[in-house]
Amino acid sequence: MTSMIPSQARPTGGTTWKRSVRWLRNNLFSTPLNSIVSLVCIYVLWEILSALVGWGLVHASFSPSKEFCGEVSGACWAFVHDNYRFLLFGTYPAESQWRPLIAIFMLLAGILVSMNRRFWSPWLAVAWVVGFFVMYIILGGGVLGLRPVSSNNWGGLTLTLILAVVGIAFAAPLALILALGRRSEMPFVRVICVVFIEVFRGVPLISVLFMASLMFPLFLPDGVSINKMLRAQVGIIFFQAAYLAEVFRGGMQAIPSGQYEAADALGLSYWQKMSKIILPQALRLVIPPTMSTFISLFKDTSLVTIIGLFDLLAATKAAINDPTWRQQYIEGYVFIAIIYFCFCFFMSRYALYLDREMHKGMSH
Amino acid sequence: MAPKHPSDTARPLMALLYDKTVRSIIYQVLVFGGVFFLGWYLVSNVQTNLDEQNIATGFGFLDREAAFGISESVISYSPQDNYGRALAVGILNTIKVSLTGIILATIIGTLIGIGLVSKNWLVRFIGKSYIDLFRNVPLLLQLFFWYALITNGLPGVRQALNPLPGTFLTNRGLYIPIPADNPAWFWVFIAFVVGIIGSFVLRRWSFKRLEATGQVFPHLSVGLGIIVGLPILTWLLFGAPVEMNVPALQGFNFKGGLNMSPEFFTLLLGLTVYTATYIAEVVRSGIQSVPKGQSEASTSLGLKPSWTMRLIILPQALRVIIPPLTNQYLNLTKNSSLAVAIGYPELVSISNTTMNQTGQAVEGVAIFMTVYLGISLLISVFMNWYNKRMALVER
Repeated sequence: MTSMIPSQARPTGGTTWKRSVRWLRNNLFSTPLNSIVSLVCIYVLWEILSALVGWGLVHASFSPSKEFCGEVSGACWAFVHDNYRFLLFGTYPAESQWRPLIAIFMLLAGILVSMNRRFWSPWLAVAWVVGFFVMYIILGGGVLGLRPVSSNNWGGLTLTLILAVVGIAFAAPLALILALGRRSEMPFVRVICVVFIEVFRGVPLISVLFMASLMFPLFLPDGVSINKMLRAQVGIIFFQAAYLAEVFRGGMQAIPSGQYEAADALGLSYWQKMSKIILPQALRLVIPPTMSTFISLFKDTSLVTIIGLFDLLAATKAAINDPTWRQQYIEGYVFIAIIYFCFCFFMSRYALYLDREMHKGMSH
Repeated sequence: MAPKHPSDTARPLMALLYDKTVRSIIYQVLVFGGVFFLGWYLVSNVQTNLDEQNIATGFGFLDREAAFGISESVISYSPQDNYGRALAVGILNTIKVSLTGIILATIIGTLIGIGLVSKNWLVRFIGKSYIDLFRNVPLLLQLFFWYALITNGLPGVRQALNPLPGTFLTNRGLYIPIPADNPAWFWVFIAFVVGIIGSFVLRRWSFKRLEATGQVFPHLSVGLGIIVGLPILTWLLFGAPVEMNVPALQGFNFKGGLNMSPEFFTLLLGLTVYTATYIAEVVRSGIQSVPKGQSEASTSLGLKPSWTMRLIILPQALRVIIPPLTNQYLNLTKNSSLAVAIGYPELVSISNTTMNQTGQAVEGVAIFMTVYLGISLLISVFMNWYNKRMALVER
């Protein structure tokens, strides 16, 4: 990524003091108008930051007990101390909370490993499948002497992470199939993919979730039922796969037709052509929009709150509905906003890094 | 007779299997069969399940009395009206909040987008921080936050905040003054619409004249004059009414003025703040997509700065901006469905109530999905038309 903002010539020479003065003059006080704008900005920033720091740090109570909160005018962080288990694990039985904790660590470790390009191989996919399986056993229990815990009790950050990671893991391959189908020469296959993509892209996610929670049970034969979490998960996967399919299609379209023709001329089969020539180039092109789809998938998991699943947001809402913490709604929302922010910001920075890395070998 | 080699008979079959057309037909028959079977299986399950629950399929329920109240509506509505009308109220409320949100988000997003390419480091820093902050937190969480802040954090009606004269901010929503009821305003609005149409006609004509005679007609300034002037003239003709309808405390609540409910206000605030971050990025990339050489070349050709902007920079920037911008409009409209969580009665929220009361889940979901699909298709048809008009014509 190159910034298109015309960068000021890097000041060279002079002491640090002189250099900083020059930087200030070039970037903030180059013209009278610019100086006025800068001063206004400094004032606005000062007002906002002092209010935030005053509320969150200076005038806040960090005592784990709520009784001191009446004496301070700022935040009451005892909320976090009292509720963090609830926000992380939801209503998972208290004595078994090490199980969701392990699941969270497994997911985070899996993400960190997958981010490293050295581990990118088919084995990684196998490891993920095995990992999911182990995680479901740890969470669900019922074997190896683990107490069975219904998925209705999986909640909080655990549920949010599961929905997001499983969503990404399944939406990506499905999206690839849809994108290939949409560009296929077989008319019937193409029509089905187009309809699937356009329908899911044309409606709000919440309607897909409603469909999963209200309508889906009607589709199943008598006596068969699939639990709510799985239904919501499928809804999320279908929805995001439709978006991702369009991203992938864009990448495939951007590959010059000469590449397709060259592959054909070499006598490669369709799958060889796609997996060895087209997709590696196409996917590399669409890293930024792919990552923003993943980020929006992560944020969108919060919508399951509306259909009554107990994710991080729903847990927070429940915590501040408790009469004890009714006054601490700002602390509650700010706390989980920070959690969501960290994940999403981290993902967007990783996307930038990856994009740079992938294009390293391409420029001459 | 030599024994027949087994592969002699198998070979034509195998060859057939490797034939491209044949294979594609086989694939398609398989896919078609799979989809058909799945669809038939699901539909038959739905039929059995509905029969068991004694739910009649069909849209007959739309004529039945809704018997639930809706807190705000554009058209008149009472609980005695039928479900059809209730859903119409929902659709109109969706359109109302989406349109207002789109206008506000475009204004704020454009301003921030311009700030992102500013030469001033601090302006860029504030713009980037705003985007990072509001883009990386789920919209639903932001809506809950604003809603809690408005209903719990703002004072009651008696201690209402009064940031601007005549404007009141309370936990019952926002009250702002509007011009008092006067027939003049209706005609001013008509004059405004006529002005817009007139200036389009003028533009057409001036282009035709330019092509025919080469003479330049200042259609932009004259057109703007018509759009602004005609309403003002109408306003003056009606005796220039200046009376305002200012909200005032009466009994337990404010009377008069324009009232935005906390739900509407929250939704508008959330959608605007959230979508503006995306629009800002769209505007920034549009501006940056036009190489600097273009404006330099245009200046060296002796074009006036305003012409450079209008004829060289904007057409190229807009080509990049319009498609993703339209996507953001669509996203905002779809995101307005999150209102179901804070109780603003838009389409999804009212469909949800309807489904809970009647059990017509299939029809309810079908209705709101169709409406959103309709909106999406309309926008994408418009987009394709616009893209064709604006796209770079290459050889």
